[in-house]
Amino acid sequence: MNDAQTLAVEVAAIDQVTPLIKHFKLASADGAPLPAFSGGSHIIVVMQGAARMHRNPYSLLSSPRELDHYEIGVRRMEESRGGSHFMHDQVRVGSRLEIAHPVNLFALDKIARKHVLIAGGIGITPFLAQLEDLHDGAVPYELHYSVRSPEHAAFLTRLREREGEKVRMYYDSESQAVDFDGLLANQPLGTHVYVCGPAGLINTVIATAKSCGWPDSHVHWEQFSAPPVGDAFDVFLSRSRLTVHVPHDQSLMESIEAAGVEVPYLCRGGVCGYCQTRVLELDGELLHNDHFLSDAEKAKGNSIMPCVSRARCKSLVLDL
Amino acid sequence: MNVAFKPDETFRNDFTYRNSPEAIRRFPLPFHEDEYMYSVNIEPHLPGPKGSVTEFAFDVDEHYVAECRERAIVLAAEPLRFQALPHMMSAQWDSLELLLDSLARDYPAHFSLTKQGNRWQWINRPLGLTHSFIFGDVDTLPHQPLDYAARQAQGDFVVMDQREGDLWTEAGVVTTQADWSLDFDMGMTFKEWHGPVPLAHELGVFDRALKFLLNLRLGQPVRRLNWTMTVHPRLDTSPENYPHWGSDRATVTARNAGELVHLRVELQGLWRLPRSNAIIFGIRCYLISVQELATIPKWARRVHRVLKNLHPALVDYKGLTRYRDAVVEWLAPFDDGAPTTPGNGPE
Repeated sequence: MNDAQTLAVEVAAIDQVTPLIKHFKLASADGAPLPAFSGGSHIIVVMQGAARMHRNPYSLLSSPRELDHYEIGVRRMEESRGGSHFMHDQVRVGSRLEIAHPVNLFALDKIARKHVLIAGGIGITPFLAQLEDLHDGAVPYELHYSVRSPEHAAFLTRLREREGEKVRMYYDSESQAVDFDGLLANQPLGTHVYVCGPAGLINTVIATAKSCGWPDSHVHWEQFSAPPVGDAFDVFLSRSRLTVHVPHDQSLMESIEAAGVEVPYLCRGGVCGYCQTRVLELDGELLHNDHFLSDAEKAKGNSIMPCVSRARCKSLVLDL
Repeated sequence: MNVAFKPDETFRNDFTYRNSPEAIRRFPLPFHEDEYMYSVNIEPHLPGPKGSVTEFAFDVDEHYVAECRERAIVLAAEPLRFQALPHMMSAQWDSLELLLDSLARDYPAHFSLTKQGNRWQWINRPLGLTHSFIFGDVDTLPHQPLDYAARQAQGDFVVMDQREGDLWTEAGVVTTQADWSLDFDMGMTFKEWHGPVPLAHELGVFDRALKFLLNLRLGQPVRRLNWTMTVHPRLDTSPENYPHWGSDRATVTARNAGELVHLRVELQGLWRLPRSNAIIFGIRCYLISVQELATIPKWARRVHRVLKNLHPALVDYKGLTRYRDAVVEWLAPFDDGAPTTPGNGPE
């Protein structure tokens, strides 16, 4: 995609829902309904910062049935390269933002017999929208939501209103933890499990499901990686015949875009695989941070996801 | 745009279907050069030139009324030409919305859609229909949503659910198909569905096409052209009815090929659906007789050359084995060996 296909929205409300998370309500700038979407979708928010452009993915948490506005939750990241700080510090009610059309990389499986939803912290957001699709009661579901402490339980009031005691809460501060073995060992055939949250939580669920004999097709997870910082390096774009410098705090994709070269993307979080780019030459090592390439593909070193991955190298040539 | 319809045309028995000179000039010839091989020929479904078949999302042409009647005949005789698995209901409503919204927006003289929340009123003037219904409530429509909408559109529709990194054929209305069966293909994955296609699997066409489609974006539909040939302007060449049309192939001679044989072009469009995250695949069939085609000198030369040099595996797969030579012979006098201009336009 490129920015020509974005929608203009205006920030209609901002709510600090936990010490770290702000809740934004985005209304379409021209008053027309926003595009319909399915639960689990994310949008890319395009932010024009003072020094650079930020494009961050955020899950839609509002109801897919209400299209006069979208809602997102933004956690302030400690080691932010600017996107979440921009949303927290610069954006006010009335601010204009550009967003891309929703994309769903974390959809509910439509033939599942049961859904088990597991959220950690800000990972609750895609489930809030998915729950709207589960309310008709046709398919049973359960929701397990773990947070550091009660003050960090974002959107719990809204969840309790709609889900009642169906929400199982787990507070680290009270030494409560999901019993993953017990949860995943005793589900009826045809159950799908979905997990969204920190890497540790996702890895635990994937590993537990595997040891309990779950088929891979029934285990779903989404984690948008923020592009990590790292050493600065230079990259040569062979088709554009252009050398681009990648500073320590800017991603490979952002640096290439800043040089005026477009990279096709959907998620900017290492999930979708859309920006996969061929590595033509490399003197050094690739630092893969995506969730798309298999370990074998990462080891081969002939392609890279410039949205989140970078390199520690003397030279790098990409097919761009 | 105002279309003058030819409501009495038939696609069976006496086969009175004909193209007007205007319809011939806008025909979507699938050959951009004088030879043909499979490729991933997918492009954005952006509005084409005024009057072209891609001007709007769904083309409505002079055959609209006659094609809707033909579809109704097939559905009445064989109800399984429409099928939808239970989990595809939200995708059915998405499909209805896409079709009705597009028709009303692009052809306001023929169609109107008024929405008050979920209460919708739909007016189809060419077919003389007015319906008020509640979007999302299947009991307020005379047919299931996809069936209802497809009965009022030209072309077949297949709706694919996306899960497990694949696309599953799980709903559709198919009455104008080139010898394939929805009933047979229901529940298949993308590659299972395309299993019979020769050469393309080896070329990696379906790996690339599937990867591309899994990432198809909302609001950014794509299209491609495909083609085969059919004896008589028969829309319903289904495997189920093979006994009714298969033997027509044996009637073609070098004398009658121009009249009997039709180039059959599919304008295939793919849209991501918003609420269901499914994909709707539209397969719009355009028919033109070889003698209508030959009224355009460039096209006569080009089609002659394409058919003459077509890969033998494609000749067999497209079912042309019995009469390809007759068509080539019929077209030969139109090919003086002069070069053709690039692109598929008539000049």
